[in-house]
Amino acid sequence: MKNFFRISFLIALFLGFQFNSNAAEKVEYLKTDWSFKGPFGKFDRAALQRGYQVYQEVCSSCHSMKYLSYRNLVEEGGPEFSVDQAKAIAASFEVKDGPNADGEMFTRPGRLSDKFVMPYDNEKAAQAANGGAYPPDMTVLVKARGGGVDYIYSLLQGYDDPPAGVTLDDGVYYNKYMYGNKIKMSNQLSDGLIEYSDGTNASVEQMAKDVTTFLMWTAEPHLETRHKMGFKAIVYLIILTVLVYFSMKRIWSRIETKV
Amino acid sequence: MSDHEYTPKSKVGKWFNDRLPLLTLANHLTDYPTPKNLNYWWTFGGILTFCLITQIVTGLVLAMHYIAHADMAFQSVEHIMRDVNYGWLIRYIHANGASMFFLAVYIHIFRSLFYGSYKSPREIIWIIGIIIYLLMMAAAFLGYVLPWGQMSFWGATVITNLFSAIPLVGEGIVTWLWGGYSVDNPTLTRFFTLHYLIPFLILGLVVLHIWALHVPGNNNPIGIDIKKPSKDTVPFHPYIVIKDGFALLMFMIVFAFFVFYTPNILGHADNYIEANPLVTPAHIVPEWYLLPFYAILRSVPDKLLGVIAMLSAILILAALPWLDTSKIRSAVFRPLYKQFYWILVADVLILGYVGAMPAEGLYLLIARIATAYYFLHFLVVLPILGFKERTTPVPLSITEPILGGSPNLAAVKKKDGFRNQ
Repeated sequence: MKNFFRISFLIALFLGFQFNSNAAEKVEYLKTDWSFKGPFGKFDRAALQRGYQVYQEVCSSCHSMKYLSYRNLVEEGGPEFSVDQAKAIAASFEVKDGPNADGEMFTRPGRLSDKFVMPYDNEKAAQAANGGAYPPDMTVLVKARGGGVDYIYSLLQGYDDPPAGVTLDDGVYYNKYMYGNKIKMSNQLSDGLIEYSDGTNASVEQMAKDVTTFLMWTAEPHLETRHKMGFKAIVYLIILTVLVYFSMKRIWSRIETKV
Repeated sequence: MSDHEYTPKSKVGKWFNDRLPLLTLANHLTDYPTPKNLNYWWTFGGILTFCLITQIVTGLVLAMHYIAHADMAFQSVEHIMRDVNYGWLIRYIHANGASMFFLAVYIHIFRSLFYGSYKSPREIIWIIGIIIYLLMMAAAFLGYVLPWGQMSFWGATVITNLFSAIPLVGEGIVTWLWGGYSVDNPTLTRFFTLHYLIPFLILGLVVLHIWALHVPGNNNPIGIDIKKPSKDTVPFHPYIVIKDGFALLMFMIVFAFFVFYTPNILGHADNYIEANPLVTPAHIVPEWYLLPFYAILRSVPDKLLGVIAMLSAILILAALPWLDTSKIRSAVFRPLYKQFYWILVADVLILGYVGAMPAEGLYLLIARIATAYYFLHFLVVLPILGFKERTTPVPLSITEPILGGSPNLAAVKKKDGFRNQ
């Protein structure tokens, strides 16, 4: 039994080492405290609402959010806007609908059941408007990048003058954290760029943190439920394991062999 | 199978059992005499059964919501993750379940290697096991393609392209597999169909695997033939059932940890980017459980030979009962084999590590040495070891080792790295 654990531990250690080494080639990212990390992690409601504001006022002019619906903004574990707030948000967008009885397409104000309106009609239009680079959809962006939230958070603050010897083409910018250091998105955040509706000081760091938190939620909308359920499931399993262990000891005590 | 005749007590039971002996089967399974010294490494058979059933049940639910179409697959997976009730839970169990399945199967295989469970009279059990393992790899690969992310698409492209190495007909086979001239919608739909089929093939083979096991009975940590039933055995129920149950629960705790707290750590970030035939990812890597074979594939400079090497690395296992010439099963009594065994374990882990790294420079060199050693172990070391090695005395039974003429059980307890307390 002891050896069993020892060897299991070594295997786990090895696997852990392997995953770390996969990520080792990257630069050191900026660190911040994420409220959603760890087994009891939860989203900071206010940060999510501010993050939505940053997405709405800054990112959404180029980046789509195609797997998210306006109704998600109300749901538990998310920004938890009130239904009226979310309805107002949805209604502020023009949604193409139809065809109607006359066979015509028409536009109408958005409803909660609508998906987030896309900034461009299609991928080609998005590329044409952005110097050939397609601004990636942001819904699962955090999960689609090796460094996750730390990477996005750093990238937003990673703009710098290029070091000597690095020449940049027109429409290409230098970013410390970007893979290959060259990025086609210009620096988007500057202090006081937006005015937070809750009065928080809109520093670059604050906005980067808020919008990254928001993106974590869009990628993992059920994160809070998952953490809560995980805790219950594991506690349940541990208690059951202990009970079964003692039952096992009792049953095996009928014969001499130890288990 | 069972040594004594079983007659149901009730009249109805007897009537039924005479027509379909299900009760005899149930009686056989509960009474099945099992060596009483089995350690925890023997609990992975039960754990694997659990893994298979988990994958089938979660997969069934996923298939109700998933859409096998190149334009909609990625979106339907996001639909499962967001809008299907507990869809995220079911998908994370299924995705991490694949990794847990392989973790368990590797432990199961290496347990066999250590205790010589593949040797006569258990060759057929072993070979069926190898076929199951091959089918598992096929199912895992096909399943990884279904979310239609970047790694799905490019992984499918790389792996299917391996067939083009076959002389003359290779290109034709690849086109036939794809259902076109590139990985596209027809590829996805057939991969989905096959991914749905294979688990049931595995299930059938598992039944045969267990049936074949119940003919000679379990091997055991000291690897001797034992009388059944005897003082050396316990009935499967309740002794082994409760022990397997306890081990399964511990396994489930690890499983739950991955599912609830790090559900994406075993996957690749690029698979959350929708498949794009125009953009190739910087590094195309398979899932962790296929990495050792990927390393073998890449360590051979020629494509055809690489594919042959990779396949041989798996198929050589089927010949293992005849490559290992030693009459002693358990490594406990084989001091030299025990050392080579651990070298092999390290070798496979090293192959897995370099498989994840780019195939260049030092990594490539290490991969080549490790590949060469892998084959050396099976083709040279094992056959010679059987003749040259001086084994230590083996006890005659589990309960009465002294009669074997050696005070061995005490020695076994001290020396055997695997034996439980």
